[in-house]
Amino acid sequence: MKKIWTLIRKEWAEVFKNRFVLFTVAFLPLLFTALPLIILYVSKSSGDFSDAIAMSDLPPQFLDMCDGLDASGCMQYFIVSQFMLLFMMVPMIVPITFASYSIVGEKTTRTLEPLLATPITTLELLTGKALAASIPAVVATWLSFFLYMIGARLLAVSPGVLGKLFDPLWLSAIFVVGPLLALAGVSIAVMISSRVTDPRVAEQISAIFVLPLIGLFVGQSTGLIFINEQIILWMAIGLLVLDFGLFAFATQLFQRETILTRWK
Amino acid sequence: MDNSKMIVLEGLSKAFGQVQAVDKLSFSVQAGEIFGLLGPNGAGKTTTIRMLGALIGPSAGDAWINGYRVGHQDQDIRRSVGILTEAPGLYDQLSAERNLEFYAQMYAVGDMDTQIERYLKMLGLWERRHEAVGTFSKGMRQKLAIARTLLHEPNVLFLDEPTSGLDPQAARMMRGFIADLKSDGRAIIMCTHNLDEADRLCDRIAVIKGSLLALDTPTALRRKLFGRTVVFHLSESDGRFAEVISRFEFVQSADMVDNKLVVGMDEPEQHNPELIRVLVEAGAEIQFVGELRQRLEDVYLQLVNQEN
Ligand SMILES: Nc1ncnc2c1ncn2[C@@H]1O[C@H](COP(=O)(O)OP(=O)(O)OP(=O)(O)O)[C@@H](O)[C@H]1O
Ligand SMILES: [Mg+2]
Repeated sequence: MKKIWTLIRKEWAEVFKNRFVLFTVAFLPLLFTALPLIILYVSKSSGDFSDAIAMSDLPPQFLDMCDGLDASGCMQYFIVSQFMLLFMMVPMIVPITFASYSIVGEKTTRTLEPLLATPITTLELLTGKALAASIPAVVATWLSFFLYMIGARLLAVSPGVLGKLFDPLWLSAIFVVGPLLALAGVSIAVMISSRVTDPRVAEQISAIFVLPLIGLFVGQSTGLIFINEQIILWMAIGLLVLDFGLFAFATQLFQRETILTRWK
Repeated sequence: MDNSKMIVLEGLSKAFGQVQAVDKLSFSVQAGEIFGLLGPNGAGKTTTIRMLGALIGPSAGDAWINGYRVGHQDQDIRRSVGILTEAPGLYDQLSAERNLEFYAQMYAVGDMDTQIERYLKMLGLWERRHEAVGTFSKGMRQKLAIARTLLHEPNVLFLDEPTSGLDPQAARMMRGFIADLKSDGRAIIMCTHNLDEADRLCDRIAVIKGSLLALDTPTALRRKLFGRTVVFHLSESDGRFAEVISRFEFVQSADMVDNKLVVGMDEPEQHNPELIRVLVEAGAEIQFVGELRQRLEDVYLQLVNQEN
């Protein structure tokens, strides 16, 4: 345990001095905070929400969730919730960059060999690397979630709608599903890291695995899929299993010798 | 197994695909010994050290470090050895002290601060401990890497080209440092391309090129290949003196080169007095007598070229 924590602290001390990584960790969450706020602001100043989209355009499942809101509030809620999924993507995308650099990066700077010479176990090593990558991403997401909430309240949304966003559905999406997604992203990055020799390649390949989630977002927007408590619950359970599987597999794949000696 | 043998190799081999990098190496190293691993580029020195340090697994054969078997008790091996890797591999963004702290914690060093201070001072880096390693010169990095190797006081050390990139003064300091490490009863394997250094520092030397070409003390290696040579400096050149001497059975060769009589034989300690007497009787005036030391470089080149 102590070694894992030592490794995490080293990672942070080191990786955060890499401007590129710092940029990804900070930029994406900030972008995903600012973008919806701008859209909210623009659509608000261009008139009442209910003018923008007709109630009949909303997916019927959604209307059930508008319980206690008037038509305008329901519309606001719809728009704001569209962006919530973005916050679930952030913790998955951000740590991929981080993890790619922290493993393959150590190889290219030749610090991996002395590190692997120490009595750190592969599990400790990967756990440390995975946590070091996930924690900042998750924290950054949570911070931007709160920024988003505050911004949404100030710019556009009524207190009733905001209250809706603080219900278990969205809270568990952000605080449970988010971190689980982060771990999934990291496990994928770790797996790919042990097979490639260039951090940029690792990052790009890993990004491909994030596409399904982006698909989910697009599906949500067009009303194909709708997020509700049940889906969140199943997602959480599914992700938990997936995370365990992925991480166990990543640990299996990570052969100390292979990652040290493979150069093509 | 003999306890004083801290490093034992038995037919240790490593293949990378088609390339047989290390081929059936067998030798052992005991406590208080510096063992030199010599060989041309690509001879398999680094690969051997990586196997012994449990970084990569052998493809055949066995090795034991402190009684732990390579490939079976790798964690125990990693705990008890120190490896100076070919590249220093330090974290450039972090300070010298922070680098060492990280490794001290990885090796669970008990008295971390004392150890770090001790080695930083010993290697002359204490004043600059707060500076980022990225700003360090090559030699400073090498010294810091050596400090990292020693923090946990391993009794087996693998040093891959410890003086590469050091200026003559720093290299001398490093050699003195390594010699001191040996006197603490450690077993040390050292790779180097500096034959003079190997000659001075190593108790025994193995010349490898994939497989083992020769293994002995530096002195014995010289003798085995070249025999021993004694030079008599005379006041005048005269072919007659070489003739006089050639009559002895123990004299393998005798040549007059300018005013020097160069004699090849096995045991000069025993035969020199007699030769001197005969030469004087034959009218030679002897100015000096000395042994011609073959440079280890010549030995090495001879060995490595024989292979081709
Ligand atoms: N990761 C690797 N993958 C494939 N082949 C390798 C690898 N590492 C080493 N080799 C091969 O193994 C052989 C021995 O290499 P090694 O690095 O052990 O040599 P060395 O004696 O340390 O050389 P040098 O004096 O240049 O440091 C070489 O032919 C090299 O190409
Ligand atoms: Mg080498």
